[in-house]
Amino acid sequence: MADLSSNFLGIKSPNPFWLASAPPTDKEYNVVRAFEAGWGGVVWKTLGEDPHVVNVSGPRYATLMGPDRRVQGLNNIELITDRSLAINLEEIARVKRNWPDRAVVVSLMVPCQEESWKRILPMVEDTGADGIELNFGCPHGMSERGMGAAVGQVPEYIEMVTRWCKQYSKMPVIVKLTPNITDIRFPARAAKAGGADAVSLINTINSIMGVDLDTMIMSPSTGGKGSHGGYCGPAVKPIALNMVAEIARDPQTAGLPISGIGGISTWRDAAEYIALGCGTVQVCTAAMVYGFRIVEDMISGLSNFMDQKGYASIADFQGSAVPTVSDWRYLNLKHIDKAVINQDLCIQCGRCHVACEDTSHQAITAFKDGQRHYEVKEEECVGCNLCVSICPVPSCITMKSLKPGEVDTRTGETVTGEYQNWTTHPNNPMREVTA
Amino acid sequence: MNRPIEKPGALDLPGIAAGRLAPESCALNFTDAHPPLNPLQALLEAERCYYCYNAPCIEACPTGIDIPHFIQRIAQDNVLGAAETILDANVLGGMCARVCPTENLCEGSCVRQTNESKPVEIGLLQRFATDAYFAAPSKPIFTRAAPSGRRIAVVGAGPAGLSAAHRLAALGHDVVVFEAHSKPGGLNEYGLARYKTPDGFAQREIEWLLSIGGIEIQCGKQLGRDITLSGLVEQYDAVFLGMGLAGVNSLGIAEQQLVGLQAAVDFIAELRQAKDLSAVPVGRRVVVIGGGMTAVDAAVQAKKLGAREVTMVYRRGAEAMSASAYEQQWAQINGVTIRHWAAPREILGSDGFVTGAVFAVTRDENGKLVETGETFTLEADMVLKAIGQSFVAEPLDLSLALEKGRIATDPSGQTSHQKIWAGGDCRAGGLDLTVEAVEHGKQAAIAIDAALRA
Repeated sequence: MADLSSNFLGIKSPNPFWLASAPPTDKEYNVVRAFEAGWGGVVWKTLGEDPHVVNVSGPRYATLMGPDRRVQGLNNIELITDRSLAINLEEIARVKRNWPDRAVVVSLMVPCQEESWKRILPMVEDTGADGIELNFGCPHGMSERGMGAAVGQVPEYIEMVTRWCKQYSKMPVIVKLTPNITDIRFPARAAKAGGADAVSLINTINSIMGVDLDTMIMSPSTGGKGSHGGYCGPAVKPIALNMVAEIARDPQTAGLPISGIGGISTWRDAAEYIALGCGTVQVCTAAMVYGFRIVEDMISGLSNFMDQKGYASIADFQGSAVPTVSDWRYLNLKHIDKAVINQDLCIQCGRCHVACEDTSHQAITAFKDGQRHYEVKEEECVGCNLCVSICPVPSCITMKSLKPGEVDTRTGETVTGEYQNWTTHPNNPMREVTA
Repeated sequence: MNRPIEKPGALDLPGIAAGRLAPESCALNFTDAHPPLNPLQALLEAERCYYCYNAPCIEACPTGIDIPHFIQRIAQDNVLGAAETILDANVLGGMCARVCPTENLCEGSCVRQTNESKPVEIGLLQRFATDAYFAAPSKPIFTRAAPSGRRIAVVGAGPAGLSAAHRLAALGHDVVVFEAHSKPGGLNEYGLARYKTPDGFAQREIEWLLSIGGIEIQCGKQLGRDITLSGLVEQYDAVFLGMGLAGVNSLGIAEQQLVGLQAAVDFIAELRQAKDLSAVPVGRRVVVIGGGMTAVDAAVQAKKLGAREVTMVYRRGAEAMSASAYEQQWAQINGVTIRHWAAPREILGSDGFVTGAVFAVTRDENGKLVETGETFTLEADMVLKAIGQSFVAEPLDLSLALEKGRIATDPSGQTSHQKIWAGGDCRAGGLDLTVEAVEHGKQAAIAIDAALRA
């Protein structure tokens, strides 16, 4: 059976599933329940300076739901812990003592002053916690006070605070990044420059969940007024995966350990993050929707997947997909794919036809001999994959790659099997010309 | 739900008797056969629709309702928009949602049926949208065009006549509908199983339909008795005939005058109009002869009234029955026994009362139905005839071309008389479905309007 155990910066956990710093890790009671359910580790909900912050006593969450009320996205306006530092530290110490095999990382957020960090770090270290995560990502409330995302949006601050943490503590330092920036590589590079042992990402995305059209009040609202919240859940996964991959493949940060966060609800999501380079994954929304028991299903799925693929450990496939992430300019413009519709599986809903006809390349028929019939017109098909993406029947439409010697009937060109990308393409005025 | 207690012994009263079940039992048996979807169910079901392009369900609907659009509007929490889409194509969309054999029409062609043998519940969704609209009509869906000054007579206030009248009124014409019965609705009011349309829905729907204005209904006016076709042709600019089928087909064997031998349609009409179901008499053992929707409606309702044994007898196999497979199952799960391959040979009676029927066993020989020589007898104190209805042409005092005994028309519904159109069951070549009658009425109204404005 596959070994799911994880060693991330020397922090060991029986599996790579950690609970992210968030309401589920707010206090001992929750964390103990999580460990009992099988979670490999937790990042304790962000500690701050006393006096502790105050949360609204009204809606802190709102969701984007599918019609079956399956949660696709969740946003929140909850701040960091609203309990005193002393109580949190006491509980952290007790939990770590009672659960030595689990990872206990403590999330921190104090003002951008050296004194503040210098003061809190030894207190955290005294709990026996395995490491710290610097919350440079919280996009609401705390950012208005110059913390959270306000720090994460300024690479120089990231580097500065990270350096203080490395200076005043022996604990591994994970820097949690905000996605509310233009290029994730800059804050990641700054973290590395400051000495960070790892980055974790993504934190939540600035969001307004919606508007109540009867009252014309944004949601969620506290007594008729709302504030943007942090968005997470399955809907953000693609955004997070891209940011993870960008850091994994950036020569300046390649090899920097990554803890992946963002909409992980299934073992499959976790495996994708790992394949793009993550050493652990952090989960919040799935636990908030289903409870801690969901980890059992993630562990089961990941274990069976690894067994089926012959991966003995997480390291066996960690980062496997990173080399496949490239710049657009290096994509092979000589590679030709065509869509193929399996007529035995086709249920004749016509969605591929109308999607292609209205919004793509008019490459799918609607009729044949007066009968409904959906078939790819290869001479029009650019291989865009839209039909595959919207077909309701699994595997009904697939893409086939033309082999060398075959003719692309759209262009009349014979596939040669050679590789040519934009950098050398004749249409590119800036092309690299070989001497 | 507590099962109401049946009257001790009443089930076994011999002969035809009312009150076999306690009133509460009856009431329970005749509640909505297919309860409506609640809003969450409707949303979930709506989401199952693939929003097909050139959707097969639209092609399968005789009235051509744009089903993907109305379902999408339910999914987008816009039931008014959904109702507009439905009612614009089918003004009796509320009733059709209840009575259409959807498994043969829209749902039968749903691609989900192809994919997973579970079509989108289009009928229930249509009912959801129309029910929601009728419960709170936020604004009228139809407005009338400028008055044309034309007057059109409609004979029969059934689905075809009402549909024609409504469209004609919308197009600016004034309409007078002549109805032989004391209430409008035709088969919607008199001819459907009570559990398909409980709580007076037929009349509520008509009330809404008439709210467009410009339609006058005169009940108790029968063609050939109170009015004449030639008179209508003289007094009106055009005439639409939608009088349905007044005749009940005979069994083709000797039919004595016996208490208990009656037409299924009469039994159904009596049931529909009864104020107190426990006062409707029904046999202890009931035999229904026929294999259509009427036979099923009669048989199941007899069972629900407390008949001990109900047997439907049909001369061919299940696949030849005009009742859909779903309706056949519905009969069976309600305790009706269906006997295939048997034709009535003799109705048995004693002292003026039915005592049973003798059936000849049949089989198919190269497409031809033949009797095998074997017979069997079913004891019965009620025998209901449901082997179809026929058009009665006698009330027509003008000669109209007929085709297979019904009024011949062109595709628009125009008869051999240039001022007369016809639709619904009395028109030749149809499917005998409510939804088709509605389409006939609609198309004839459009054709009449075009002819009058030509």
